[in-house]
Amino acid sequence: MQDAKNLKEYRKEVRESLDNDFLRTAMDNFAVAYRGSRANAFKGMDEKSLIADIAGAKDCAAANIDELYAKFKEEAEKRGAVVHLAKDAQEANEIIGRIAQQENCKTIVKSKSMTAEETLLNHHLEDLNLEVVETDLGEWIIQMRHEGPSHMVMPAIHLSRHQVSDLFSEVTGKKQDDDIQKLVKVARRELRQKFVGADMGISGGNFAIAETGSIGIVTNEGNARLVTTLPRVHVALMGLDKLTPKLHDALRVLKALPRNATGQAITSYVTWVTGSNECAVAEDDRKKVHFVFLDNGRRALAKDPVFSQVLRCVRCGACANVCPVYRMVGGHKMGHIYIGAIGLILTYFFHGTDKAKNLVQNCINCGACKEICAGGIDLPGLIKDIQARILEEEGHPLYSTFLAKMMKNRKLFHKFLRIAKHAQKPVKAKDGFMRHLPMIFAPDHDFRALPTVAEVPFRDMWAKVKPAKVADPKFKVALFSGCVQDFVYPEQSVATVESMKGKGVELDFPMDQSCCGLPLQMMGEKEACKEVAIQNMEAFEKTDCDYILTMCASCASHLKHNYVKFLGHDPKYAIRVQEFADKVIDYSSFMNDVLGVTEDDFLDSAGEKVTYHAPCHLCRGLDVKSAPRELMVKAGLDYKESAEEEVCCGFGGTYSVKFPKISEQLLSKKLENAAETGAKTLLTDCPGCVMQIRGGAKKLGKDLDVRHIAEFIADRRK
Amino acid sequence: MTVKAESLELFIEKAKIAAAVVSEISSFDEAIKYTMDLCGKKEACKLLVSGCEEGLSNKAEALCATKTGKTISAPALSKKEITALDKQCEENGFALIKDSVRNHLGGIDIAFTYADHGIAETGSLALSCPSEELRLATMVSEVHVAVLPKSTIVDNSYDLESWMEANMMEANYTAFITGPSRTADIERVLAIGVHGPLELHILLLGDK
Repeated sequence: MQDAKNLKEYRKEVRESLDNDFLRTAMDNFAVAYRGSRANAFKGMDEKSLIADIAGAKDCAAANIDELYAKFKEEAEKRGAVVHLAKDAQEANEIIGRIAQQENCKTIVKSKSMTAEETLLNHHLEDLNLEVVETDLGEWIIQMRHEGPSHMVMPAIHLSRHQVSDLFSEVTGKKQDDDIQKLVKVARRELRQKFVGADMGISGGNFAIAETGSIGIVTNEGNARLVTTLPRVHVALMGLDKLTPKLHDALRVLKALPRNATGQAITSYVTWVTGSNECAVAEDDRKKVHFVFLDNGRRALAKDPVFSQVLRCVRCGACANVCPVYRMVGGHKMGHIYIGAIGLILTYFFHGTDKAKNLVQNCINCGACKEICAGGIDLPGLIKDIQARILEEEGHPLYSTFLAKMMKNRKLFHKFLRIAKHAQKPVKAKDGFMRHLPMIFAPDHDFRALPTVAEVPFRDMWAKVKPAKVADPKFKVALFSGCVQDFVYPEQSVATVESMKGKGVELDFPMDQSCCGLPLQMMGEKEACKEVAIQNMEAFEKTDCDYILTMCASCASHLKHNYVKFLGHDPKYAIRVQEFADKVIDYSSFMNDVLGVTEDDFLDSAGEKVTYHAPCHLCRGLDVKSAPRELMVKAGLDYKESAEEEVCCGFGGTYSVKFPKISEQLLSKKLENAAETGAKTLLTDCPGCVMQIRGGAKKLGKDLDVRHIAEFIADRRK
Repeated sequence: MTVKAESLELFIEKAKIAAAVVSEISSFDEAIKYTMDLCGKKEACKLLVSGCEEGLSNKAEALCATKTGKTISAPALSKKEITALDKQCEENGFALIKDSVRNHLGGIDIAFTYADHGIAETGSLALSCPSEELRLATMVSEVHVAVLPKSTIVDNSYDLESWMEANMMEANYTAFITGPSRTADIERVLAIGVHGPLELHILLLGDK
């Protein structure tokens, strides 16, 4: 569980995880295997439309949460169950404690319930002198170790077989082998004995079907079946978000849940419990069944226009499975009780600002979670929104306010960059890198060389590089260079201009454009973000263009999606910002799909061997996957795909400044994968990624030339 | 109703992926014979992959000791069927559990049941078991043998909606069972039989 008091302490905790080799290897193997098995599980299915259907149905359920609860209660009670509603964690625990006492229960067997973790139910029951035994293998292991779960689906993924064997030796009083198959059989027999005399069974519930007052439980081990069958009392604790109108809604989620969680088409068991079933050891042979629903902020959440989509979560844990940060720091450092991307969000709502404020910063915004979420939740977007809320609650840190102020004022910001050019002189080396980092950076940041600000920014070159007027232009394009391509790598912008010569493109460069605002969003500075968006929109409204082209994937994705999010609800801007967003396009898509360059546009000679890094904001943010690859092949380059090509390089803008150790690890993996292709050149579509990967290669003395794809496309033009 | 050939094929493929053992039979007698053979080959109270030799706590060990000899439970058969099964068990020296399954939590070798439906899309069995005996038998046995009439196989879970909804009109306990009990909780290594059966045998009963 998360208890760091400040970011510094949190960083220290993160560092401990990074140094845990066992965890790192386990998570790495899992991350790679998961991707394959998930893809396989969804093969032949229309995954996107299934996710959209789930999202729509869950939204509808959230909007009718009170009616669904009333219906569920009526139907379940008709069939002999008792239904309770708890406003918060404490009340839920008290209800369950009271049931145990009234029914004279002493021992409890429990199958996995994240909701019970949320309420810390076991502590409460143990305080009432009840014996509670977790029967899910992973949960049992962590219960005996007094730990919280480190993964939604695999709660003990952080432990090795040796640790489990030591634990079991202690528990049984007999020396245990560390063969996993044997350990599992020991657990089977130890836990079977716990079922024999248990008075009460506590389970969670994956679905609560209002129409018939039934619940559905998804499990692989089968312990939930025993928990809900053997004891004379059954209590199921569920969030209100599990309510759904009909069985069909549950069956639909069931198609995605196991596939997304573990890459299984379905789990070994799915159990549907309706009402009070036969139970030989109960009074009148009928089991006492209690369904306890937990609100704990869910009803308020359902009414929130931005955050209600959080209730779409089906608890598959997939957002953790694909998160490159979670993969390195593990569960306990990536959530309080709920982990992964959804954990960062739920921690804020269920466990408060204090638990969430450090955690929520640990999202690199790569979008991997959003792409696979079974409920189609905009996880990275919501994480940033929460960061902004926390800033509003707790006050903005000084550096954040300073940056927000400066970036809101384009002239001031650009002046600062021009001053930086002179200020960097003492540390500037001839090769375009800083010789050493300025004092403001801690030694932790020394994993990559940083570039110096260019002598002449692109905006000052524009008059010179601007192509001659095209008589009858096929496309009118306005360039959005972004700060980095304007002030650090102007050569990338120049290459862009070069690469489309002779293709009937009329180019413009609006001088009033400023930073896209993504760094501000990353810091949670929402208001400044909006102001910058308006400035840029207005700057481009002055030009008559069909496309707003940006060579930076991050800028492109931010301009295209987030501007509408910030301004779309304001009638003053709604139409204008949509028109602006519709024109935004990335470099590779424009060249390949719009301009339609062909092999004939490029030199006949064979190009060199290159590999590629797919920027997060391109492949996921804009869903552009094939354009850059096709472009490289058309240009005659010998493109070699690298492993994990679409995994984040660790840049993440301000993220890499906040969490340099994580950034460093992601980068080193990226460099290893690139080296394995044998290519000496890596191309990408984002100047941020160029900065990161080139800086890392330089620092480690690797023989890898890192370029923006436009530079090679320009060179290969006939 | 006859099942489409491709649905049957898909069912078999998916059930096997989930580690179920699938065979085709043409009569109840064949099913009994299959079960007898299986029970004969199986070592009594032997947890297949690793057996009783693992050290347990005294209480867990004591539970194990309550089981003697090979046992079969078949709670939901017709009178005629149970008589036939009982006779076979006697001949083979297996005990047929006739009283509460609850008293045999130390272990049952084989649970013999019928399944109500098969779901081709996932290779699952669907069993409506409001009866506690039936429910428990499929949970606590080491091997679950389920007879599935081919004609009851549907394409996917949506096809079972009305059947399930009818079940849910009153107190009910319906289960989808897909392969044996499994876990990957230790180092993500697949281990079979953590709580439920270590083996699931599906006997596809053809139309006469």
